Amino acid sequence: MAKPNALRKQDSKETPAESNKLRVVHNLMSKSDPTKLDRLIHERIRLGIISALAVNESLSFKDLKKILNTSDGNLSVHARKLEEADYILCKKTFDGRVPKTEFRLSAKGKRAFERYLEHMETLIQAMRN
Amino acid sequence: MVANRNYSAQRTEPPALHTSAMNNIRFIRDMMERSASFTAVPGWGMTVMGSTALVAASIAFFCTAIETWLVVWMIEAVFAVSIGFVTMKRKANAADAAIFTGAGGKFMLNLCIPILAAIPLTVVLYQNGLAASLPGLWMLLYGVGVVTGGVFSVRVIQMMGYCFIGLGVAALFAPASWGNVFLAVGFGGTHILFGCVIAWRYGG
Repeated sequence: MAKPNALRKQDSKETPAESNKLRVVHNLMSKSDPTKLDRLIHERIRLGIISALAVNESLSFKDLKKILNTSDGNLSVHARKLEEADYILCKKTFDGRVPKTEFRLSAKGKRAFERYLEHMETLIQAMRN
Repeated sequence: MVANRNYSAQRTEPPALHTSAMNNIRFIRDMMERSASFTAVPGWGMTVMGSTALVAASIAFFCTAIETWLVVWMIEAVFAVSIGFVTMKRKANAADAAIFTGAGGKFMLNLCIPILAAIPLTVVLYQNGLAASLPGLWMLLYGVGVVTGGVFSVRVIQMMGYCFIGLGVAALFAPASWGNVFLAVGFGGTHILFGCVIAWRYGG
């Protein structure tokens, strides 16, 4: 019981600006908030895939592997998660006998990426003000 | 004490999130820069460069003194670099792309170093009476710059670079009197051909 009381006492010393900052951060990170941080994009490899596709019309599996400096298996797993969420579109073709996988960002993925960037900017802005 | 320690841990959380957000933004920017291609290579600018090279080649064809021939091609080089730079800058501005940072910066650096290396080599070869090797050397070094710069641009740029390398090597082993023809085909024809392809496929 002593711990929460002590916390409450300390919290009461917070300035309104600090409270506001904490509220913004809490809202952005909270799972219950409808505008919560998109965990699907937040993961590093997936964030890298989305970022790279945001500035390229399409990228092959080989290109993405080189840009992200990751393994085939790792890239496959993360790309599939994004594909299942309809964030990226995957097109499999054959270059002669060699299978070729091309990825491109979907409209839904673009919107999710823009929302994620806004979240990051809001977070930075909240801590600056 | 325990309560205070917990509280201070709670208070340091927001700055850590702020740092994390900054790191994420940096990571996104880095990924975008690493994956972006420099597409502001000027197609129409290259066709103009090719046309001036054809004019220079026809003037140089009638030059009897090696000094005059060299001056004609030096003037053409200055013209071509100026046209290339101005048209590239215009295309980059229109596409809101940078030519000195990111993929554009890497393209420029890789393109310019072999071109700059040609300057002292030209002086040395001329002083040693080996001016006949200059057409081959110029095209070879330009081709190397275009191929290495082309790594950061669209694939057709690298193809143009390979054409220049091939022409440069051929010119080095061809009779000296064919120098002007090689320069006309290389700096003239190749620029016009690939300039049209770039303008058609990548706009302007």
